[in-house]
Amino acid sequence: MKIKTPSDLEKLRDQGQCMLSPQKPRVSVGMATCGLAAGAGAVFDALRQAADNLRLDLTLVSAGCIGCCQEEPLVDVRMPGFGRVLYARMTPEGADRLIRSLASGELPHENALAYIPEEGSDTPKSAEVLSGLVPINALPFYAKQHKVILRNSGLIDPQSIEEYAARGGYKSLLLALLQLSPHEIIDEITRSGLRGRGGGGFPTGKKWEVCSRAAGTARFIICNADEGDPGAYMDRTVLESDPYAVIEGMTIGGYAIGASQGYVYVRNEYPLAIDRINHAIERSTECGLLGEDILGTDFTFSIQVIRGAGAFVCGEETALIASLEGGLGEPRPRPPYPAVSGLWGKPTLINNVKTWASVAAIIRKGPEWYAGIGTKGNAGTAVFSLVGKVANTGLVEIPLGLTLEEMIQGIGGGGLAGKRVKAVQTGGPSGGCIPADLFHLPIDYASLTQAGSIMGSGGMVVMDEDTCMVDVARYFLRFTMEESCGKCTPCREGARYMYAILTRIIEGEATPEDLVLLEEIAMWVKEASLCGLGQTAPNPVLSTLRYFRDEYDAHVREKRCPAGVCRALIKLTINAERCTGCGLCLRECPVGAIRGKKKAPHIIDPDLCTHCRTCYDICPEKAVEIVR
Amino acid sequence: MPLIAQPDHPPAGAVLARLHQIHSAKGYLPEADIRAAADDLAIPLSRLYSAAAFYSAFSFQPKGRYTIQVCLGTACYIRGGDRLLEKIETLLGVKAGETTPDGMFTVETVHCLGSCSMSPVIRVGEETYGRLKVNLVGRLFKKYRPGEPGQKGVEEQGT
Ligand SMILES: Cc1cc2nc3c(=O)[nH]c(=O)nc-3n(C[C@H](O)[C@H](O)[C@H](O)COP(=O)(O)O)c2cc1C
Ligand code: SF4
Ligand code: FES
Repeated sequence: MKIKTPSDLEKLRDQGQCMLSPQKPRVSVGMATCGLAAGAGAVFDALRQAADNLRLDLTLVSAGCIGCCQEEPLVDVRMPGFGRVLYARMTPEGADRLIRSLASGELPHENALAYIPEEGSDTPKSAEVLSGLVPINALPFYAKQHKVILRNSGLIDPQSIEEYAARGGYKSLLLALLQLSPHEIIDEITRSGLRGRGGGGFPTGKKWEVCSRAAGTARFIICNADEGDPGAYMDRTVLESDPYAVIEGMTIGGYAIGASQGYVYVRNEYPLAIDRINHAIERSTECGLLGEDILGTDFTFSIQVIRGAGAFVCGEETALIASLEGGLGEPRPRPPYPAVSGLWGKPTLINNVKTWASVAAIIRKGPEWYAGIGTKGNAGTAVFSLVGKVANTGLVEIPLGLTLEEMIQGIGGGGLAGKRVKAVQTGGPSGGCIPADLFHLPIDYASLTQAGSIMGSGGMVVMDEDTCMVDVARYFLRFTMEESCGKCTPCREGARYMYAILTRIIEGEATPEDLVLLEEIAMWVKEASLCGLGQTAPNPVLSTLRYFRDEYDAHVREKRCPAGVCRALIKLTINAERCTGCGLCLRECPVGAIRGKKKAPHIIDPDLCTHCRTCYDICPEKAVEIVR
Repeated sequence: MPLIAQPDHPPAGAVLARLHQIHSAKGYLPEADIRAAADDLAIPLSRLYSAAAFYSAFSFQPKGRYTIQVCLGTACYIRGGDRLLEKIETLLGVKAGETTPDGMFTVETVHCLGSCSMSPVIRVGEETYGRLKVNLVGRLFKKYRPGEPGQKGVEEQGT
């Protein structure tokens, strides 16, 4: 069916509503890549199998990610008349029991995490049946979140354009094409205060304005889904969980600047995201929401997906464009900015996945609504991937201005069992490490920059007392060294030299002069590199030098690694009183350095031991001790 | 107008798409296919070769039946991804970048698999595995190569 009129869209929405609330159980499994990594595939199969065996008529859906990855595999069950209940940490066996309960008309208690309130209904019956069950937004993980970009993530079938429409999808495109002029749209985006969520934080409306005014006939839209920062998976999740939101945003952008072709450049490591966005493009085209004469107007817009090929630097906009054009993905100097001269030299509007996913929400609810979220100069919400040494790992969307404390202690639930959180790394290889005593800082562009890091695109990696900050700095320099495209000398050579010095430090072979040299090279690389990769590459080093100089000093002067990580500076021993002789470490030691009889204390042969800490990590009795 | 006629460029993304297509069909980029692609796309062979060499996703050597991608992204690294890699290297007797002699596995490292909340993470072929521990990987590989020697799963040993 082609959607040509508002009433056509109404019909699509009604169909979606029926799919979301059918007259039979609807069981949906979080099957984004994170869910699959936690074993959601086996849970899905078990649900299907059990339902088939019992001939239970139900709708089984593979959904995206709802955010609380820590609790995955997640299963969301909607029983007619009961509302939606989210079940956590499901196993194939649990799935079988769940279906048995449903078949006998009951909602099980086992693994129930929370209920998901449905629009326009009061406390659902599920909350009465399962006493003590709270709404999802009462969980500490969700209490301070505000979902705009992730508004549909995990709640709908990402393959279903009907369900997207049922949650208000395509209302904005309708409004934009039938009631707003391109100029008015740009004005609304400007007034919303939206800033690019790809890392730079450039005001989105301003970029659209420049692009729409740039001279030229053809124009292009690009969605940057290259998401290269390690430890970050926001864009992957949005594409896998709510691809139509990105498509709708790009289509509105196309109309606003007068482009008829858009591209989504997706990172190579994201095959599922590529499948999902391709499917959504196909469905949108079938429905007349992409292609020619969209919504019965004379506006034409198509989108094509391009798969990247594993080069981090291609996330930089000029490199991305060079890669699209078929050449080497190397950056070029700016100006001219892509908004003026981009793909094939034509004006090109490039925004991040999350920026595009915000657009439809802003058009529908109005710029004032969006500007009212967050703080002055930091309007709206941003998505973070809260990972590393934190209790609740997951994908979090907050109004800007929340403090790091609220994020890490409140939402994240603090450190891993019994460990003290030491720092948080934001902004990926371009960012820095912020120490725990600055966690009172609000999460906004200026505060994080002032603290020596950046907001970046949303990576937030928590580090605890077992993380060595020098090792982390070296980790990032290795990343930069491997990913530098090599076009300019300061970045190519500077990263190599900094890496070499950091290696000397962790091996206990550095002198105090090395620290001076390290800082000096860092300043040069920052000043003299061509693109953002090189210009920001020293940040992890500079920020750790600033806040964790004591750790550097310990390595350099005392030849000691306080965190007990750097292999050349530690030794491992087994505490004979705690060791039960279970033999796990003996089997797992990669170099066979552990000896001992069954049920008797084991010992580590210091001549063979490489200090890799595998035994320390896996010992169930915590009997392995690090001598630092 | 330039004085010398410029050939039309291939459409946006066409070069990458073609390289991906060859790579997924053949498992690597054989020379003959690159030559044919350069002809089809009407671009100089040298340009196509240098583009292909620029990207880490493309290999000029045949790979194993399954590629094992070990994530060394930040989240995985600080939660033991490097030790997972060492374990895998010992188990399979190859280093990152190499292929097992029986052609089953190629071990690679990647900078993030987008499942950071499940760190440490690896991908074998198209399957992603999270929350891994060194003592779980041996059993995992058995699924792909049933005769895998040594390294029984922990539970099987009754600990
Ligand atoms: C080395 C480097 C890598 C980048 N990687 C990404 C990326 O993966 N995703 C992204 O959206 N922007 C990335 N950027 C920023 C882009 O150049 C560009 O500013 C952004 O896509 C603009 O979109 P926005 O205004 O919506 O943020 C990167 C920049 C640099 C210098
Ligand atoms: S700064 Fe680094 S990545 Fe950027 S152009 Fe120069 S060498 Fe390439
Ligand atoms: S850091 Fe390993 S999956 Fe992202």
